Amino acid sequence: MTLKTEPVTINLGPQHPSTHGVFRFRVTFDGEQIADIEPIFGYLHRGSEKLAEERTYAQVVTLTDRMDYVSSMLSNQAYILAVEKLCGIEPSPRGVWLRMIAAELQRIASHMVAIGFLLQDLGTWGTPLTYAMRERESVLEMFEMLCGARITNSYLRPGGVFMDAPVEFLPVLDSFLSALPHRIDELESYLTGNEIIFARTKGVAVLKPEIAINASLTGPMIRASGIDWDLRHRDPYDYYDRVSFKRPLHRAGDNFARYWVRMQEMRECITIIRQCVEQMEPGPVRPSHDDVPYLLRPPVGDAYVAIEGSKGELGFYLVSDGGISPYRCHVRAPSFINLTLLREMLIGTLMGDLFVSFGSVDLNMGEVDR
Amino acid sequence: MTQSWSGEKLAQAIEAFAAGATVTSNATDVWLEPSRIREVCQGLRDRPEFKFDLLSGVTVVDYIDHFEMVYHLTSLPMNARAVIKAKCGWGREEPTVPSVTPVWRGAELQEREVWDLMGVRFEGHPNHKRIVLWEGFPGHPLRKDFATYDQSLVPVENAN
Repeated sequence: MTLKTEPVTINLGPQHPSTHGVFRFRVTFDGEQIADIEPIFGYLHRGSEKLAEERTYAQVVTLTDRMDYVSSMLSNQAYILAVEKLCGIEPSPRGVWLRMIAAELQRIASHMVAIGFLLQDLGTWGTPLTYAMRERESVLEMFEMLCGARITNSYLRPGGVFMDAPVEFLPVLDSFLSALPHRIDELESYLTGNEIIFARTKGVAVLKPEIAINASLTGPMIRASGIDWDLRHRDPYDYYDRVSFKRPLHRAGDNFARYWVRMQEMRECITIIRQCVEQMEPGPVRPSHDDVPYLLRPPVGDAYVAIEGSKGELGFYLVSDGGISPYRCHVRAPSFINLTLLREMLIGTLMGDLFVSFGSVDLNMGEVDR
Repeated sequence: MTQSWSGEKLAQAIEAFAAGATVTSNATDVWLEPSRIREVCQGLRDRPEFKFDLLSGVTVVDYIDHFEMVYHLTSLPMNARAVIKAKCGWGREEPTVPSVTPVWRGAELQEREVWDLMGVRFEGHPNHKRIVLWEGFPGHPLRKDFATYDQSLVPVENAN
């Protein structure tokens, strides 16, 4: 005898602890299975692209902090590179090394948040999240040393960064980098071989590589499907052509692969930062105000620059009409575009896996809605 | 290092399989006839000399007398990038271009965003709805002629 079930439609969100911000699902469940799902968002839309049209090029940096607020250094970097390309500014070498260090530290912090909350969604209440947040806290303390702010940094300026690192910074960075591999091992020893995590994440929400490319997925999402595409390696910006690092790949394309790729990428961040510190030499951290004034007036034209953000290809498309503020500032937000395949990923999976799969996308509502 | 296609070279290569589809080109960009965007994009994705399998971004710029669609294309196997553009909506009449979602799924949410914030319609889009604002929101806020207003003045029937 088979039990007959009726499909039930329920709203999840916008206020729900697992939705990583204000995100709403309208889900139709058939028993335990997801029969249909419609993502609804826009609750955090602040019109950043419109606001950018009324601010000067230097002021827009503060808006980029608030787009992806768990990796604001990377948003800063993408925007600043676009401004530099638009104006033809040659950055100061020490400034570039410092912003690469800041960007890689931010990637560690962002992946820690992704992993911590993914495990929180799996039901491991608190413990891994506390460990992950401890590492993020160390990174935020270093950001406080660099620029006085922890989350909304606004550290980068066209041509470099606004302030040199204080003398205490490098010793703190060194002790952090020495401790981190051991702490990642510790986290992995609890998690990567854990049978419960295998059972819950392996083979769930599988993305095939050809579908992933067609849907413009980038970053750890696409590397977890076995595609070797990392803009730091394929299209090096800043001084990424002067550092060497491995690119962790996983072929499975499931939730576990996305978790594993992020875990391994953090180890590579450590080697990149070490190489940056070695190659960094004393000097100015940004060009003088005679070369790069506060009030930039780029020539008429447009520029698109994409960097490897913590969530994928983070691009800024700026159009200048010769004035003091961008005529158009478009953000290619990886969190937003990585949501394209959410329906395909989730239909047919179980109710309990919904937030795990959603967490494995690693999205940030500030960036989705902008 | 990613190679960028020069606009002139790309225009020549497009003319070879879709004659008359390009309008003009410069060192970096190619401008297309808006009505033939999908045909050209299909060719750019499938033909072996291009292999643009990843659509990086779709966006639009409001130049007051017209709108300009901007597509950033990436080719993973060739490690190449290209920019194609199309001018549409002259005289601010309802701008409409063919949707490229059947070619690249990645355009789906981005085209909805363009419709929501700029008011460009996409023919053949599978789910042509607003995405960050609610249905019934007055106007398209990224347009240059959108008046930023005191929200308390919105009539009640338009408020949600």
